[in-house]
Amino acid sequence: MGAYVIRRLLWLPVLLLIVSFSTFALARYGPGDPVAVIAGQVRDPVVLAQIRADRGFDRPIPEQYLMWLNRAIRGDLGESYLQRGFSVSELIFPKMWISAQLGMVALIIVFAVGIPLGLLAARLAGTWLDPMIIGTLLFLQAIPVLVVIPPLTWLFAVKLQWLPVGGWDGIFALYWIAGVIAIPIPNPHLYIPLVAFTLPGFVGVARLVRVTALEVNLEDYVRTARSKGLSEAAVQFRHVLPNALLPLITVVGFALAGIIEGAFFVETLMGINGIGRLTFEAVTSRDYDVILATTVVFAAAFVICNLIAELIYGVVDPRVRLGSSRS
Amino acid sequence: MTSATMDTAETHPEQMGDSEWRIVWRRLRRKRLAMASLVVIGIIYAMGIFAPLLAPYSYTQQNLDIPRQGPSRQHLLGTDTLGRDMLSRTMFSARTTLIVTTAVVLSGSLVIGNGLGLLSGYRGGWVDALIMRVGDVFSSLPGLVMLILINATLGTRVIEAVRGFERTTGITGLVASGLPSYLLVFSALSLFFWVGTARIIRAQILQLRERDFITSAEALGATPYRVIRYHLLPNVAFLIILQVSATLGGIAGSEIVLTWFGVGVQPPAASFGAMLFEGSGPRTFQQSPHLLLVPGGVVTLLLFAFNLLGDALNDAVRGR
Repeated sequence: MGAYVIRRLLWLPVLLLIVSFSTFALARYGPGDPVAVIAGQVRDPVVLAQIRADRGFDRPIPEQYLMWLNRAIRGDLGESYLQRGFSVSELIFPKMWISAQLGMVALIIVFAVGIPLGLLAARLAGTWLDPMIIGTLLFLQAIPVLVVIPPLTWLFAVKLQWLPVGGWDGIFALYWIAGVIAIPIPNPHLYIPLVAFTLPGFVGVARLVRVTALEVNLEDYVRTARSKGLSEAAVQFRHVLPNALLPLITVVGFALAGIIEGAFFVETLMGINGIGRLTFEAVTSRDYDVILATTVVFAAAFVICNLIAELIYGVVDPRVRLGSSRS
Repeated sequence: MTSATMDTAETHPEQMGDSEWRIVWRRLRRKRLAMASLVVIGIIYAMGIFAPLLAPYSYTQQNLDIPRQGPSRQHLLGTDTLGRDMLSRTMFSARTTLIVTTAVVLSGSLVIGNGLGLLSGYRGGWVDALIMRVGDVFSSLPGLVMLILINATLGTRVIEAVRGFERTTGITGLVASGLPSYLLVFSALSLFFWVGTARIIRAQILQLRERDFITSAEALGATPYRVIRYHLLPNVAFLIILQVSATLGGIAGSEIVLTWFGVGVQPPAASFGAMLFEGSGPRTFQQSPHLLLVPGGVVTLLLFAFNLLGDALNDAVRGR
């Protein structure tokens, strides 16, 4: 286990180097001269040459990369070309926090809804309801996030005026009963984004739970539990459920990837000031240091989450830790 | 789905001598949902293939007198912001989807994925290690972010390159036809869609190459090419089909997303991504919902059909 963790951890910096270098090379190779963006209205060739030399844009790309890396390791990710006076770190970290909160809630909902639906489908296996549940979820997955948001916004925010049109206002809001007692409720700003985020995710979780629950039901230890006279509820909750949930940890990574990708559309369309929207704006306006930083941060988050999922799996399931396989 | 497929083995014994393909096809044909999906995909793809013949208008023909009109006799699905016929735009978007999915499947899954998987599994050693590590890198990257970045940064470069090619060779119309953006979209997608295929093929080859028929072929002096072409490839063909059907939805979806971002297929070429972008504002939706619902409906149907077909095919190959 120790060696395994270390091997996986060593992989992280290698990967980040590869990601940052390819991103860096792409960004420097891309259209638009960063010097022109920095200089703004100034078109004096002397000034432009000065900026070029100061920032090292006249050096070869590998050398520029090493300079960037050297600063990045110390936490200086450069400066936004467009939002003048803001360092990239100042821009991305608060927005990342917003996106992370939203993503966490979405992830929890995906599992909280997907698991019971999967178990339900497994219980109903053999009836028409089982394919019905999975089919419906598959259909929900097929609707692009882009298509879900505008009708929801129109219906609930514009027509019925129940929910705000967009924006971000924290996870919790206070609901006042009779103007005296305040109870925290999930912020109404979250409802539409969360629906859009989670709809495509349910089917992956539900289907996996369904398949594993069906398999676990055939295992010897479940038969043993039944034959020693345990009630069906006890069998399901004590023996089937924990084992059926195990493989779910491996899909946390996939679910997370879906949520990260969803963040681009959800945040952009719902006016949430998170990192997805920042990336969208940076790409459209070619703010390369921001793009570079967000890509590296995304890649790091992605790899770390997958790593954590793998490690948890190792902790929960001794078979993985001991290196023996199931079959 | 399960109940309909349970009885396959007992009630319909497969005749001896049937090719595996025919057996799978027979199993698949009994699944109603799979057949319906095939029909849906077939119709949308046929729309794409025959778009120049079927489309009532050109996909670029604007008519600013009639912007954002609802369905009418002249324009069955209405018109968009520039007064272009939505039905024609939809057909040509289907054509874009068709081109991109076909190109990515051919290059990414079949040539690169399959080739590297075969090579990796058959050669082993450092070749295998190298290919698999490169695959690890690609699969641990956030694909969409990288795709957006690649397309955003290389877009104008590719256009420049094609323009240079036009100048030196005297061929014209390549840039105007939108070829560079198609080229970039499909190369970038291929870069990210080969890993899954390569891994699956490799795993299968690792098992196969210990089998007696491979050993005997090698003992008889068959060249590596011959072993791969005649002994290994036919045995992994099904896996390739499965993998392709599983990734089709992802490929089609990625192109739409990239174009939505403005870094995919470039206007005036039609794409579902561009159509969805145009219809996605809440204000726009309130005034002319057909701008979103027409492309949204077609895309949903197509992706749903891809998912169902992939599932059914998986069942059919695994003997259910």
